[in-house]
Amino acid sequence: MTNHWSDIKNADVVLIMGGNAAEAHPCGFKWVTEAKAKNKARLVVVDPRFTRSAALADLYAPIRTGTDIAFLGGVINYLIAGNKVYVKTDPTLENPRCVWNLLKAHFARYTPEMVEKICGTPKDKFLQVAEMLASTHTPDRVMTILYALGWTQHSTGSQIIRTAAMVQLLLGNIGRAGGGVNALRGHSNIQGLTDLGLLSNLLPGYMTLPGEKETDYDAYIAKRAPKPMRPGQLSYWQNYGKFHVSLMKAWYGAAATKDNNWAFDYLPKLDKTYDVLQVFELMHQGKMTGYFAQGFNPLNSFPNKAKVSAALSKLKFLVIMDPLATETSEFWQNHGEFNDVDPAKIQTTVFRLPTTCFAEEDGAIVNSGRWLQWHWKGAEPPGEAKTDPEIMAGLFLRLREMYKKDGGAFPDPILNLAWAYKRPDEPSPEELAKEYNGKALADQFDAKDPTKLVKKAGELLDGFAQLKDDGSTACGCWIFSGAWTEKGNMMARRDTADPWHNGQTLGWAFAWPANRRILYNRASADPSGKPWDAKRKQVWWDAAQSKWLGSDVPDFKADSAPEDGMGPFIMNPEGVARFFARGMMNEGPFPEHYEPFETPIGTNPMHPNNPKAVSNPAARVFKGDMEAFGTAKDFPYAATTYRLTEHFHYWTKHVESNAITQPEQFVEIGEALAAEKGIKAGDKVKVSSNRGYIKAVAVVTKRIKPLQVDGKTVHHVGIPLHWGFKGVAKNGFITNTLTPFVGDANTQTPEFKSFLVNVEKA
Amino acid sequence: MQLSRRQFFKVAAGGLTGSSLVAMGFSPTAALAEVRTFKLARSTETRNTCPYCSVGCGIIMYSLGDKAKNAHAEIFHIEGDPDHPVNRGSLCPKGAGLLDFVHSKNRLKYPEVREPGSKEWKRISWDEAFTRIAKLVKEDRDANFIAKNADGVTVNRWLTTGFLAASASSNEAGYITHKVVRSLGMLAFDNQARV
Repeated sequence: MTNHWSDIKNADVVLIMGGNAAEAHPCGFKWVTEAKAKNKARLVVVDPRFTRSAALADLYAPIRTGTDIAFLGGVINYLIAGNKVYVKTDPTLENPRCVWNLLKAHFARYTPEMVEKICGTPKDKFLQVAEMLASTHTPDRVMTILYALGWTQHSTGSQIIRTAAMVQLLLGNIGRAGGGVNALRGHSNIQGLTDLGLLSNLLPGYMTLPGEKETDYDAYIAKRAPKPMRPGQLSYWQNYGKFHVSLMKAWYGAAATKDNNWAFDYLPKLDKTYDVLQVFELMHQGKMTGYFAQGFNPLNSFPNKAKVSAALSKLKFLVIMDPLATETSEFWQNHGEFNDVDPAKIQTTVFRLPTTCFAEEDGAIVNSGRWLQWHWKGAEPPGEAKTDPEIMAGLFLRLREMYKKDGGAFPDPILNLAWAYKRPDEPSPEELAKEYNGKALADQFDAKDPTKLVKKAGELLDGFAQLKDDGSTACGCWIFSGAWTEKGNMMARRDTADPWHNGQTLGWAFAWPANRRILYNRASADPSGKPWDAKRKQVWWDAAQSKWLGSDVPDFKADSAPEDGMGPFIMNPEGVARFFARGMMNEGPFPEHYEPFETPIGTNPMHPNNPKAVSNPAARVFKGDMEAFGTAKDFPYAATTYRLTEHFHYWTKHVESNAITQPEQFVEIGEALAAEKGIKAGDKVKVSSNRGYIKAVAVVTKRIKPLQVDGKTVHHVGIPLHWGFKGVAKNGFITNTLTPFVGDANTQTPEFKSFLVNVEKA
Repeated sequence: MQLSRRQFFKVAAGGLTGSSLVAMGFSPTAALAEVRTFKLARSTETRNTCPYCSVGCGIIMYSLGDKAKNAHAEIFHIEGDPDHPVNRGSLCPKGAGLLDFVHSKNRLKYPEVREPGSKEWKRISWDEAFTRIAKLVKEDRDANFIAKNADGVTVNRWLTTGFLAASASSNEAGYITHKVVRSLGMLAFDNQARV
C-alpha cells in the first residue's frame, strides 16, 4: 500500500476492483465503512461477482474477469476526453510525440462502447463509475483504490495495476491522505518477505542480484544508482552502493572488502529468473534434485496440480517446514479421488519438520500498510516444534561443519557467512532485527562537521541515511533501518496518539521507510509547499525553519525548498511519475488489453485481425502447457477462484471453528446458467478444465449474472479455494487442479483468476 | 453480610441459593471466588498480531501461567486488541478462530521422514533430520554447483535445489532464511509473493 488501513477513512471515493476487502480483509474494510459514515465517501465496486464488498457499494458494475485494463483504459480515456485530470508537468503539451499526446491517442481507442464490448459492463454503468472516479480530480476530493489478487493473478496483472496507477496519477490522488494505490496483500507477512527480497532475482530492500552479463562490479552498482535526469532532483537510488555494501558487510563481515568488491563473487549470477513456474517446469523435466517448502503448500497453491504432483514425484528429496500437516507434505499419499497416486511409485524422500506458529515466538511482521509490528511469544510450541530461525541454523551449522571438514564446491560464502550469534544454533529475533536495522562498524562522524561523533563503532544506526559504501556500516535490509535503534525496538511501540485526527499514529509500531505512513506525501502539497487541501494537512514547507514539517514524516529531502523544484517522486531520476515506462515493462510503455490465455470469446476485440495479439504476446508459455489450455468450444464458462470470509487459504480447514462455519467445498453459479444446465442449489456438480476436474456442491446465486461480451453471452463460475485432503473440514478437491500454468509477463504470477471450465451435474 | 466458604455452603444447603442471596443484597463474592476462581485472574496477557491476512490486526492472547521458567503456559483465549488503531478490538471470522489454530490437532509435533516408496511417516530426531538433509544438500550442491558459465564467467550459482519461503513467518525468520539460502548460491528461491 502507498497508504495504509486507517488512512482509508480519509477518502471521498473508494474503488474496490480486483479484490473483495469485505470478505478477504474484513477488519481493514471497516475503514471503508468509516469513510462512508464519517466522510460521506462513495464506494464503487467493479467485480464479476456481486460480492459482500459490492453489497455495501453505492455503485456496483459487473465486469468480465481478465478485462480490467480495458475498463481502466476506458476510465483514462474518459478523464482525458473530459479534461478531468489534475496533473500536468509539461506546460505546453503540444508536441505530438510528447507523452501526454501519445497517452491520449493510445487510450482514445478505449471508448465506452469498446469497454462494454470487452468487459461486458453495460455502457451506462461504466459511465457512472467513470463519472464517480472523475469527481476526485479536484484538490478537495480524493479517491483510494483497493485491490488484491484479483488484479495480480492475470497474465496481464502488472499492467492492470499500472493502469490503475495511471488513473490515480491523472486524478492527482497519489501521496494524498485517503488516496493511493493500495495492494491488500494476501498474507500476514508477505509484505515483509517481499521487502526482505526472498525472491529469485532480489536482494533485501528491493535491490537486485547481478545478471551473468554484469561482470564488472562498478558497472553493476552504477546501473542501479541512477544520477538525476533533470536538475535539482534527488534520485535517491543513487545511494544504492551504500545499501549494497552495508548488506554485504552484514552477511559476510570481514570477508567483504573493497579489494574483493565486497565479496561480489559470493553472489550467484542470474542467467534468467527462477520463479516458481520456471522451477516447477524444471522439476517436471526431472532437472531438480531437492526442494524446501517453508510454511508454503505448493501442491495446493500452484497451478495445474497434476503437473505439480508429477514434478514433486521426480525429486530426490523434499523438506517441509510447517506448523500444520499440509497436502504438499503428503503429495505421495493416496487420498482417493482427491489425490489418486501410488506411493510405491514415488521415490522422493520427504522430511517434515514441525515449526512454531505466531503464538509461540517473538518477532515482527509487516502489514499491508508497511507497518512493522513486533509480537510476543505467549506459549511453548507443541511437542518438539522449533522456530524457523532455529531450523535454518540447525541446517546451516551442519553444512558449514561438513564444508569445513571435507571441503566441496565453492565453500567460501558458507565458511565466511557472519554468524556471531550468542547462541549459534538459535539466533534470537532481537539479534536478527538489530542486524537488519544496521550498525556502525567504525566510529561515524557528521558529514558537515567531521569533529562531531555521530555513532560509536558497534552502535545501532538511526536510519538508512547513515549508511556508507566504504565498509564502515553494516545493514541487512536498508528500508528497515530505523526499526531497532539505540532508543530501542521501534516496532514494539504502542502509542495510540493521533494528534491530527488523520489516523497516521506515528508512535504505533514502525513503518518503512523512515516511519513514513503515506508514500510520496510531498505530492499532498502544491509546488509552493502548501497543502492542496487544508482539511487534509500532511506535509508543508516551513519557510521560517527552512524545512518540511508535517502530520506525517515528509517523504522528501527535508531541507529542499519548494523553489528548488525537486519533484515528489524522489526514487525516480526524473523526479516525477511515469506514464510512459521505457524499458520497464515487457509488453511496452503503455498498458494494452489482452485476453486471458483461456478466453471465452477467442478473440481480442482490440485486435480482431491479429491472432498473435489475442493473449499477452510477452507472456512465457512452456512447451506442453500451451497444449493443456482449453478453448471455449469444450469449456465455455469463464472461471475465477477466490477466498471466503470464513477461511484463510488452506490453513483454516485445520481449524475447528472455521471448519464448522464453512465445512464443505462448493462452487457458485448464476441462476441463468443453473437453469440452462438443469442444476439446482445443493446438487453436486463436476467442474472441469482441460487439466482436470473437481466435484463440489452447487450454490445457485443471483450474485453472478451472465454478461454480453462481443456479441456472446458469457457465464462466470466462482470457485472458492479452501479445501484439500488434509484438515478437520470435509475433505475436498484442490481447486488448482483446474488452473492454467501460465503467469503474468512481468512477474510470472499465475493466471488463477481467469480460465475456462465446463460445469455438469455430477 | 460476610460469609466464609463454610458458612456459605451451610446457608446454601439450608435452601437459599447463591443467586437469591445476591438478589437480596448479600453478595458472597469472596466466598464464591474461593469455590472457583476466574482463569482471567491468573492469566498472562500477551500482545501478538493475527497471522492470516495483511491487515495486521492486534490480538491479545491469554495464557495460564506467569511465563516463569518451568511454568507451562497454555493459551486459553484470544481476542482483538482494543487499543489497536486498525482493528480496534474486532476480529473477523478467521481471526476469531485463532485459538483453534494454535490447538489444532493437525499441528506437527515431531520431525518425521517418509522414505522412498513408503506409505507412512517415521518419527526421527532433530539431529537425524538435520544431518540427513545437510548431507543431501551438500551432495547435490557439490555435484551441480556452476562456478563458471560456458563463457568462462564466474557465476557461482546452484540451480538443482530450490527453496520456497513462507508468507507468515517473521521478518527475522525471513531475513536469516535469505542469508543462508543465498550463501549457498541458490537461485530457485521464491516466497508466496510470487503467486
